[in-house]
Amino acid sequence: MALNYDLSEEQQILRSSVRKFAKDVIKPVARELDEREEFSYDTMKSMAELGLFGVFVSPEHGGQGLDYVSYIIATEEIARVDGSHAATVAAGNSLGIGPLNYYGSEEQKKKYLPKLCAGQGLWGFGLTEPNAGSDAGGSQTTAVPDGNEWVINGSKIFITNAANKISMGVTIQAVTGKRPDGKKELSCFLVEHGTKGFTAKEMHGKLMWRSSNTAELYFEDCRIPRENLLGRQGDGFHQMLSTLDGGRLSIGAMGLGCGQGAFDLALAYSQERQQFGRPICKFQAIAFKLADMAMEIELARNLMYKAGWLRDNQRPFAQEAAMAKLYCSELARRVSNHAVQIHGGYGLMKEYDVERFYRDAKFLEIGEGTSEVQRIVISRQIGC
Amino acid sequence: MKIFVTTKRVTDPDVKIKVKPDGSGIATEGIDYKVNPFDEIAVEEAIRINEKQGGEVVVVSIGSGASTKEVRSGLAMGAQRGILVKTDDYLDSLGTATVLKKIVDDEKPDLILMGKQAVDGDNNQVGQILADMLGYAQACFASKIELGDDQKTARVTREVDGGFDHVEVDLPAVITADLRLNEPRYASLPGIMKAKKKPINEMELSSLGLDTTPKVVWHKFSEPAERKAGIKVPDVPTLVSKLKDEAKVL
Repeated sequence: MALNYDLSEEQQILRSSVRKFAKDVIKPVARELDEREEFSYDTMKSMAELGLFGVFVSPEHGGQGLDYVSYIIATEEIARVDGSHAATVAAGNSLGIGPLNYYGSEEQKKKYLPKLCAGQGLWGFGLTEPNAGSDAGGSQTTAVPDGNEWVINGSKIFITNAANKISMGVTIQAVTGKRPDGKKELSCFLVEHGTKGFTAKEMHGKLMWRSSNTAELYFEDCRIPRENLLGRQGDGFHQMLSTLDGGRLSIGAMGLGCGQGAFDLALAYSQERQQFGRPICKFQAIAFKLADMAMEIELARNLMYKAGWLRDNQRPFAQEAAMAKLYCSELARRVSNHAVQIHGGYGLMKEYDVERFYRDAKFLEIGEGTSEVQRIVISRQIGC
Repeated sequence: MKIFVTTKRVTDPDVKIKVKPDGSGIATEGIDYKVNPFDEIAVEEAIRINEKQGGEVVVVSIGSGASTKEVRSGLAMGAQRGILVKTDDYLDSLGTATVLKKIVDDEKPDLILMGKQAVDGDNNQVGQILADMLGYAQACFASKIELGDDQKTARVTREVDGGFDHVEVDLPAVITADLRLNEPRYASLPGIMKAKKKPINEMELSSLGLDTTPKVVWHKFSEPAERKAGIKVPDVPTLVSKLKDEAKVL
């Protein structure tokens, strides 16, 4: 009797509360914010009040102390109505708060986590550089010790939550020397906004996630105190990779939510839209499409929750996290594509939400490790 | 101030329900359950009063063992503890009120807040019957509640046909919530975590020694007749003549 698909009472209450919140608070404004490419401090405040930041951080540091499956459910429910808001939540938790929570010293945690968990501030995760994408170890940003300080030079790109009014700082990976095997020694650092020599610039003109905040970061002889090293010198690459394992669960949950949201829209439309004298969902061409979509979403949810369950039970989850990220993001693309097809001409119009899901889905196959990189991760895990 | 607030586990009002083929009831397979929306409004009001006045909010429910979820939802919103009377039997309004009276007699709350009706049976009777059984004042369909300074009375605005009825009731009283009383808060994540540790006192209905045999029995369920499409009329005179001659309502 060990296998059990029931969500706990708390997880069920959380699902219905976040679902209602997303429908009442985010859905009515999502389309316009996307159109204006605008980050909303109002919805950010409401999401913070609901407790969507620091979901898995212990209450001692200001978090909510929930499990990872709860976090996945919350992210899924937000993504079900809007990708941009889900991005703010997912990046805020797994990339912003995550590394501080797992690798920060007690002092660093006390300094940053309570504000971040209260959603009063956001924290970025600077890994990607103009010339270091899938090759995340190829960072060119450097950090050189000088007395009681580190001097940082370089730049980062596509960093979520790192350039708006409430951005408090970023965790960045930088080269701190050479390892005995000749490879770069990488370490992570905490850089606060307002530090001299550090500039964060908002990026515009995105295809998707248009109301989430994306930044370019520049470091020019940026000096930070010695104690702003995160964890130990040389642990940076490991910290980043392990953060991405968790991040993959976030992106997977976003893919699941995006797919479910696009499916909801397609099903409702197909039941209302009449052609040849009956609702189009009565035609097999449409009905079978919807059946396949529903089946794939069910599969995706099972894989996604299992990956979260493994993590909650302190089991290895890297392989399942990569599988869930890969499957859910490709599911989101397939389902949103079918959903637009079912909407016909209307699906191409901005006044129908489904076109936003179609655009937002594309990110998921690229961000936090492309689908190609996920296949590398999985193939290594299975012994290729 | 000790406030009782009742919650009922009902089928999700956003989901279209179906009648069982044999007409014996509602097909419950694959149906989600939620807190009755009017009860959620009552819980919100109880918590708001509690935040101002202090005291205790107790969520009371009658239902299957699974109803702990709906009780815990109220605790996640901010109530302090719960009571669940467990039964799988169908209770009519009188039976429900009989059980609630027993709990009220034991606990002696200062105020009883309820949803005006549950959205499954839509009976709109339990609050009224309970008030009568207890000999308490009742103010149903409340859209505004203000407690007197001495907390011995409550001024209630009731939504009635054609306007508002303003009444003052002595406490303890039974007040039932209408739709516009407030907008319930969302159970926050920290609230959900706190609710995990809040006590729910579960008891079996059979252990209470009450007669709850239903006086109202359901014989048959059927789907409402499908609505025919309406028509558009070109102008007011045509409308009036159709209402007069065809619909015969004028």
